[in-house]
Amino acid sequence: METFTYYPGCTLRTKAKDLDTYAIASAEALGISLAEPADWQCCGGAYTTAKDEIATKLSAVRVLNSAKQNETPLVTVCSACHNVIKQTNYDISRDEEMASKVNRYLALEEPYTGETTVYHYLELLRDVVGFDKLKEKVVNPFTGKKIAAYYGCLLLRPSKALAMDDPENPTIIEDFIRAIGGTPVIYSQRNECCGGYITLEDKAQAQKRSSAVMTSAENQGAEMLITACPLCLYNLKKNSGSELPVYYFTELLAEALGVKEESNE
Amino acid sequence: MQRIGVFVCHCGTNIAATVDVKTVAETLGKEPGVVISQDYQYMCSESGQNLVKDAIKEHNLTGIVICSCSPRMHENTFRKAAAAAGLNPYLVEIANIREQCSWIHKEIATATEKAVILGRAAIAKVHLNAPLTAGESPVVKKALVIGGGIAGIQTALDIAEAGFDVDIVEKNPTIGGKMAQIDKTFPTLDCAACILTPKMVEASQNERITIRSFSEVTDVKGFVGNFTVKIKKKARYVDETKCTGCGLCTEKCPMKKVPNEFNMGLDNRSAVYIPFAQAVPKVATIDPNYCMMLKTGKCGVCSKVCSVGAINYKQQDEIIEEKYGAIIVATGFNPISLDKYDEFAYGQSPDVVTSLELERLMNAAGPNGGTLLRPSDKTHPHTIVFVQCVGSRCDDSKGKPYCSKICCMYTAKHAMLIREKYPDTEVYVFYIDVRTPGKNFDEFYRRAVEQYNVHYIKGMVGKVTPKSDGKIDVQASDLLANEQLHINADMVVLAAAIEPDKTARPLATMLTTQMDTNDFFTEAHPKLRPVESATAGIFLSGACQGPKDIPETVAQASAAAAKAIGLLCKNSITCNPCVAHSNELMCNGCSSCEKVCPYGAITYIDKEFRMPDRTTKVRRVASVNPAVCQGCGACTVACPSGAMDLNGFSNSQIMAEVDAICK
Repeated sequence: METFTYYPGCTLRTKAKDLDTYAIASAEALGISLAEPADWQCCGGAYTTAKDEIATKLSAVRVLNSAKQNETPLVTVCSACHNVIKQTNYDISRDEEMASKVNRYLALEEPYTGETTVYHYLELLRDVVGFDKLKEKVVNPFTGKKIAAYYGCLLLRPSKALAMDDPENPTIIEDFIRAIGGTPVIYSQRNECCGGYITLEDKAQAQKRSSAVMTSAENQGAEMLITACPLCLYNLKKNSGSELPVYYFTELLAEALGVKEESNE
Repeated sequence: MQRIGVFVCHCGTNIAATVDVKTVAETLGKEPGVVISQDYQYMCSESGQNLVKDAIKEHNLTGIVICSCSPRMHENTFRKAAAAAGLNPYLVEIANIREQCSWIHKEIATATEKAVILGRAAIAKVHLNAPLTAGESPVVKKALVIGGGIAGIQTALDIAEAGFDVDIVEKNPTIGGKMAQIDKTFPTLDCAACILTPKMVEASQNERITIRSFSEVTDVKGFVGNFTVKIKKKARYVDETKCTGCGLCTEKCPMKKVPNEFNMGLDNRSAVYIPFAQAVPKVATIDPNYCMMLKTGKCGVCSKVCSVGAINYKQQDEIIEEKYGAIIVATGFNPISLDKYDEFAYGQSPDVVTSLELERLMNAAGPNGGTLLRPSDKTHPHTIVFVQCVGSRCDDSKGKPYCSKICCMYTAKHAMLIREKYPDTEVYVFYIDVRTPGKNFDEFYRRAVEQYNVHYIKGMVGKVTPKSDGKIDVQASDLLANEQLHINADMVVLAAAIEPDKTARPLATMLTTQMDTNDFFTEAHPKLRPVESATAGIFLSGACQGPKDIPETVAQASAAAAKAIGLLCKNSITCNPCVAHSNELMCNGCSSCEKVCPYGAITYIDKEFRMPDRTTKVRRVASVNPAVCQGCGACTVACPSGAMDLNGFSNSQIMAEVDAICK
């Protein structure tokens, strides 16, 4: 069994337990063990673009460094954590000043300069497992189900740093849906923002955004919608006013692999 | 003893500003064998040429070196001058001290030193030059036009008019190309069919023109004046000589659910079909992918109703071989596929259409008989949004880096026609820039804005979202007002970038001619030889060379015809004497040269040789056909025994140049 360092992030241990448990169970079913570092902290939540703000990036570097010491790639699953960690990794490997400041703060035994490879869980499925292989392992396929992939804004952008998929015309979640036997639904709002944190400040705006996403998916005939982001899930469920079911992609994965029941025990 | 003259050109300041030409002339004048060395401001001018001619006569020169621009530019000029002065033109060598020296260096000292070295190399080579005499090869007085759109038709008509036979090879069942699908033309708004179809008929009736429709070029051999071309005549399962084009078979065919490519798939046709009413040749074609008789052997309705017995289900593809003196490429363009542009919702709503689809929707012979209706519910659209530059001027891999040139004008045309016919319809056009150079073009665009009140908005559309009420939300930015816009539209029209036809690349390989990174054919010179390819005898007509509108296409088509006629007028053409030849005594018949020859110029012959002991022996040796050899030199490099050599570029000449440079 191949082992990867795994960073769950704080939401996955509170509001978004489903995203986490199904991810771990499914990985095991696919022959991958996800090892969690002992003392991880919150990723920071949002990547600050202020160049001199180093403190909020230290937590991400700590977990990147543990993966380096484990000599494995780092796997993330929450869109926001993935965004912060990959951007931090991208910047530290290119910005010498940032790298030197960060290393002076952390005083690691050996300085960290972006050596770790970061995979989003979807990339793990695509690039390590392979969607073809995944397809072979599916026992409960979602045959005939019209499933809409919701990317949101954080999963793919900024595309240079995240280097995951084309941010305007992505295919990775659609390919995942095909692998578990479903039919992907293409709709225009799949890579637009759900409203994000603005729900705390201006609920009406968040309602407008998330309802635009859900209506667009409904109009194209979607029966359900899947996402990798806890905040998106929250907005789409609570603010959109739509009845369309929203799930984490890992839940469908666990169900397709036949490990959903056991992971709930 | 050789008597060599050296002539150093200033090229105004092109060379003289970076190279100390006086020093170059002086230094080269001291080289062994050089009897005269001069510099002059413009060596290619008449007085410059006279300087060269007079020196040849006065000093009885046996070879000359011109230090000037690239030989591609003026080698021929100086060869002619030498010939006029009685010197064999192949005793002229060019040292390129402009493109390969003065234009790329900044420091005078280095550039001057390099110019001297290049001059020395040319002198070393000219010492070994031998006089060569060019042979002649006959010209087949017939042209091939590949592609039967407006470009191919115009080229063929002009060549036929000059009295030469010409074949048009068209891959589709009819000629006419893209122009046949267009409704009106800018900036005059005259009907495309009304000006195109008479030309199609003229082409079919001209006794010098043979239209080979539903055919493709599969192989090209030979060289300028003497091409041998294989053409695959695809089986249309209808005998062209019998079919009268009555159309009864198309009416009776029970298989009526075939997407109609002429109407961009907006309606259906039958499995046996005539693309459109004015098709030339007006002959039916059976689509084997949908014909029940060809697929399952059950049906045969068309055969039963055909009164002349033209249907032939057993027809096979046929290969025709023809000889031509000139080939004109007119393969045209296609709009790009919009698969990768999900943001414009092309695949999500039938009411998001391309501009070419809109042409069909507005055409009297189109799916709606000329009434503009939404494809989804056949209602009249009240708000239409046009998006320009879809895939054009893109810096990413999914689009094209170039401007497709025609979209600004046809979008203005569409907008104006819609406002004219349906004044209750609001029309928005999103643009990056509006580009309207051309006769009466800007006036036309301004009429759309000022007279027809089309809303032109600078900015790009970010997202197109089909809604449940059938409307389409268009989210865009207005860059001048600095606002986000949401337009509640009924239809969206995408001006897709254009790209060369997919058949162009394999064709370029067959013709050994060049393409650019976008697969447009490359002209021999971007300014001075725009309709010839770099390969002799291959000419370029229309959008295969770059995006063009109809007037430009027709102009280029006629220009290509004029160039082809110039070639066909000649009874024979002068061959390049710089071809390979084999030293039979050294050749061991190994076939290495034959394998690398891209032109098939090398064959092997069995030849009798006299041995020292007075016996004879038959040996297999290489033989070069000088008419086919293009002088590329591949064989001279491949030959292991050094038997193969190139006239004018012999191994010893090249080595002498290298030695002179490395000295």
